Amino acid sequence: MQVPASFEYQRAQSVEEALELLGRFGEEARVLAGGHSLLPMMKLRLAGPEVLVDINDLTELDHIDETGGELRVGALTRHRTLLESPLVGRHFPIIHDAERVIADPPVRNRGTIGGSLCQADPSEDLSAVCAALHAVAVIRGADGERGVAMADFHRGPYETAVGAGEMLTEVRFPVRPGSGSAYEKLERKAGDWAVAAAGVALCLEDGRMTHVGVGLAAVGAGGLHAEAVQELLEGREPSPELFEEAGRVASASCSPVTDSRGPADYKRHLAGELTKRALRRAVARAAAPAAAVKEG
Amino acid sequence: MTTVEEPAGPAGPAAEERPIGFGRMKRKEDPRFVRGKGRYVDDVKLPGMLHGAVLRSPFAHARIVSIDTSAAEAHPKVKAVITGETLAGLGLAWMPTLSMDTQAVLATDKVRFQGQEVAFVVAEDHYAARDAIELIDVDYEPLDPVVDARRALDPAAPVIRDDLEGRTDNHIFDWEAGDRAATEEVFSRADVVVEQTMLYPRVHPAPLETCGAVASMDPVDGKLTLWTTTQAPHAHRTLYAMVAGLPEHKIRVISPDIGGGFGNKVGIYPGYVCAVVGSIVTGKPVKWVEDRSENLMSTSFARDYHMNGQIAATRDGRILGVRVKVLADHGAFNSTAQPTKYPAGFFHIFTGSYDIEAAHCEVTGVYTNKAPGGVAYACSFRVTEAVYLIERMVDCLAAELGADPADLRMRNLLQPEQFPYQNKTGWEYDSGDYPACLRKAMDLAGYEELRREQAEKRERGELMGIGLSFFTETVGAGPRKHMDILGLGMADGCELRVHPTGKAVVRLSVQTQGQGHETTFAQIVAEELGIPPEDIDVVHGDTDQTPFGLGTYGSRSTPVSGAAAALVARKVRDKARIIAGAMLEVSPDDLEWTKGRWSVKGDPAMTRTIQEIALAAHGALELPEGVEGHLEATTVYNPPNLTYPFGAYICVVDVDPGTGAVKVRRFIAVDDCGTRINPMIIEGQVHGGLADGVGMALMEFIGFDEDGNCLSGSFMDYLLPTALEVPAWELGHTVTPSPHHPIGAKGIGESATVGSPPAVVNAVLDAIGVRHADMPLTPGRVWQAMRHGQVEAPQ
Repeated sequence: MQVPASFEYQRAQSVEEALELLGRFGEEARVLAGGHSLLPMMKLRLAGPEVLVDINDLTELDHIDETGGELRVGALTRHRTLLESPLVGRHFPIIHDAERVIADPPVRNRGTIGGSLCQADPSEDLSAVCAALHAVAVIRGADGERGVAMADFHRGPYETAVGAGEMLTEVRFPVRPGSGSAYEKLERKAGDWAVAAAGVALCLEDGRMTHVGVGLAAVGAGGLHAEAVQELLEGREPSPELFEEAGRVASASCSPVTDSRGPADYKRHLAGELTKRALRRAVARAAAPAAAVKEG
Repeated sequence: MTTVEEPAGPAGPAAEERPIGFGRMKRKEDPRFVRGKGRYVDDVKLPGMLHGAVLRSPFAHARIVSIDTSAAEAHPKVKAVITGETLAGLGLAWMPTLSMDTQAVLATDKVRFQGQEVAFVVAEDHYAARDAIELIDVDYEPLDPVVDARRALDPAAPVIRDDLEGRTDNHIFDWEAGDRAATEEVFSRADVVVEQTMLYPRVHPAPLETCGAVASMDPVDGKLTLWTTTQAPHAHRTLYAMVAGLPEHKIRVISPDIGGGFGNKVGIYPGYVCAVVGSIVTGKPVKWVEDRSENLMSTSFARDYHMNGQIAATRDGRILGVRVKVLADHGAFNSTAQPTKYPAGFFHIFTGSYDIEAAHCEVTGVYTNKAPGGVAYACSFRVTEAVYLIERMVDCLAAELGADPADLRMRNLLQPEQFPYQNKTGWEYDSGDYPACLRKAMDLAGYEELRREQAEKRERGELMGIGLSFFTETVGAGPRKHMDILGLGMADGCELRVHPTGKAVVRLSVQTQGQGHETTFAQIVAEELGIPPEDIDVVHGDTDQTPFGLGTYGSRSTPVSGAAAALVARKVRDKARIIAGAMLEVSPDDLEWTKGRWSVKGDPAMTRTIQEIALAAHGALELPEGVEGHLEATTVYNPPNLTYPFGAYICVVDVDPGTGAVKVRRFIAVDDCGTRINPMIIEGQVHGGLADGVGMALMEFIGFDEDGNCLSGSFMDYLLPTALEVPAWELGHTVTPSPHHPIGAKGIGESATVGSPPAVVNAVLDAIGVRHADMPLTPGRVWQAMRHGQVEAPQ
């Protein structure tokens, strides 16, 4: 049995209390939400926080609301809740695509959207999804809250814009008419981290693609927010030739590394292949939203 | 003989029989397992028990300059810190391996693989023990490691085993089998010779329960009780007696419920020895249970065979000969477990199921700076590697000849009238009807239809593959005159006692790790005596309660101990006949046996059941002169030959041309294990082995970087297949009893693990049109093979 080193445990009863505890313990404290990344790292002694601030009692952070043209998802919302939400599926089928292939049901029962984003694993699925959807992360600290675009939220592997004494409280997704989205992931086995993955979100306005977002996972810097692909597609009419071009640009714009999941040239190829596949499905869903709902 | 089983599943054969003997019945042991009431080593909790943890080497190869344990010893909960130096004082720093090499219990001079045991901490609880190992300060001087076995014999390679007297290189052994000259002769006249180099990569059995032990040395009576994860409790006890100098009668080894073994739990690991020493040093029971990373990084791995095969044939597809050169990576210590005479295990059954004129193999074993092991993971002593080699070579030959792989196999299979068959490397195959088995698999698969579908799909650019394998196993070692481990002959005892009320207890030397012994052996006795299986208690896994024997591995339980159980039951039946004669006041010669009773010939009303006889055997009945009371017997079974289960497997895959991802769509397995004792257990064994095979073919792999760091130390990196990666298995069977086995049974535990990997690999390569690519065929490696026509051996 793998066991962690000793640590102090605090169970916060309000966001304010959690922020107070995080402020008091600073860098030595970590937020405990679902615990499915943090606890294994502690048991392997790759992480050794002195204090865990458990936020699982903060039910105010567990919500999905549509308001003011946005879908607002609390940071403590479980993967399973997202997967079972018809509202999420109707607006953002990409989230359901991704949630179906995130780890396994026991992990999805406990793991949270906030935990996934804050862990900031470069292979993490929801980071790519949120990037594609141009989501905004709401970060709260002692001095109040601020919104950070996903492109700015990730500072690098395992690094985010959330500072010491702060916590992520909500993720906001813009809801737009005529939208379609999809997520394509290649994994070595069910529940594995992605070898590579691609998320695409867009709107169809008068036959042209707008608000295009493309997020890639597990393919290194330049992938998470594939701006070159977005710029290529924005305002254009979908066509097989354009999709091919988008795949080429996606491949060119990422910087994967060789590891046990596969060689770099393969992952680069996958970035393109999966971008094309996600793009086709996102466009199809935007063109026929009813079918998308049924499929989702 | 060729009945077809419906696939077993929720909607499978619902009608469970209540057999008194052979037949489909649920396992007697399962109620406790499905209720979570199994009792494993880690469930053993003794008063005052302490907990051990092992400090392991971070380097693959390094000299130990110094070890400072003072900070760990100062930890308030630490009771003892044991190092190699402590053990050296007791003469226990090194221990013999099952291959007559030596292995460090705790390193004294050098560390030789990442994860090697360096120190052992005993503390009041597991957390404290784990904390304290981080307080031990070891000063290492890193050395160049040997990671790639192909470089191990380079003159410039560092010498790993400089502890061995006069050792100047990393060579362990050379071994050969077959007839070199005759093989050269058939190759010289062959129309076609195909050569292929292939690696059977390093994989790991990864049992759900890791290895561990609870050692309790009783300071009053001087008796050591050791609860431990072992597949061979008696062999372990004898070895502890020899190594530690403890008298054998003062050692009791108990192997409780075991959560999977697959060969991982055959050897003795340093942690077990440390737990024993810890208990002696502290005077308290000591528990040590390794974690998942320790299991994957340090315990017995499997395979790691670099093979070069050549196959010779006529232009019209008759196989003439096969020759093989193998470089075997045994890791830092030669601790493989196989009969002493066979350093490459039973690899020389690589002639497979074919009528071949000549064959020859050469195997060279080398040390590397990797974890020791090699024979594990349901391999039947390297039959896995042999079957993979020949079944890949046959497909390579088919590609060369433009022949259909099924036709080529059918053309060369041994014919029923050739049995018993003497193969060209020294094996005597006992029985089989190979063509019927292959034909049956092809019929179940709809082989010709599958080929039509494949052709249509290829037209559309879709990649579908069909792969076959036909395997012959050799399982159930001894006989003892040819087969021993460290001098202990491979024969197994069995004891049977029928209680006065007609219930019975049968005591075995073999040890279940999930194979269902408590059911199978009860059924064997039931078949012979007519006592219902639920009335028969099967005792195993405790050296104080069971007869001596070599244990369970190499699919030997049913071939060896199953025979012993049948024969001991027949001894009891013979004695029951004498007693029944006394009860009925007739000569025993006038009695005839029907299952469960002796009756007077021609007068069926004059009868006594086995239960009535048992009561009389313990009662006041006057017994004939020279007949002792009670109803019991013992036996030791020394197998005259091994048994040769076989099977035909067909795998159907679809490969995504854009990603290289492989989907195993169908898997058809037709097995022949001779007499089928409990078809439900057989199907379970086959299901598990097929999943193993899909795992090895597609994802399982223990990798290392160039510094010798193990890259597969968790289930995040060592991938095991789940229900989502495997299809609904389609099983069939044929029945060809073994002529020399008392009930005609052959082993089944490893057939599917041995036979399935080449079927999967052949299917993938058939889909992508590439002659060879090494396992594991992960999406990235398949894509590379598609793109480049080949792929580098994995590292």
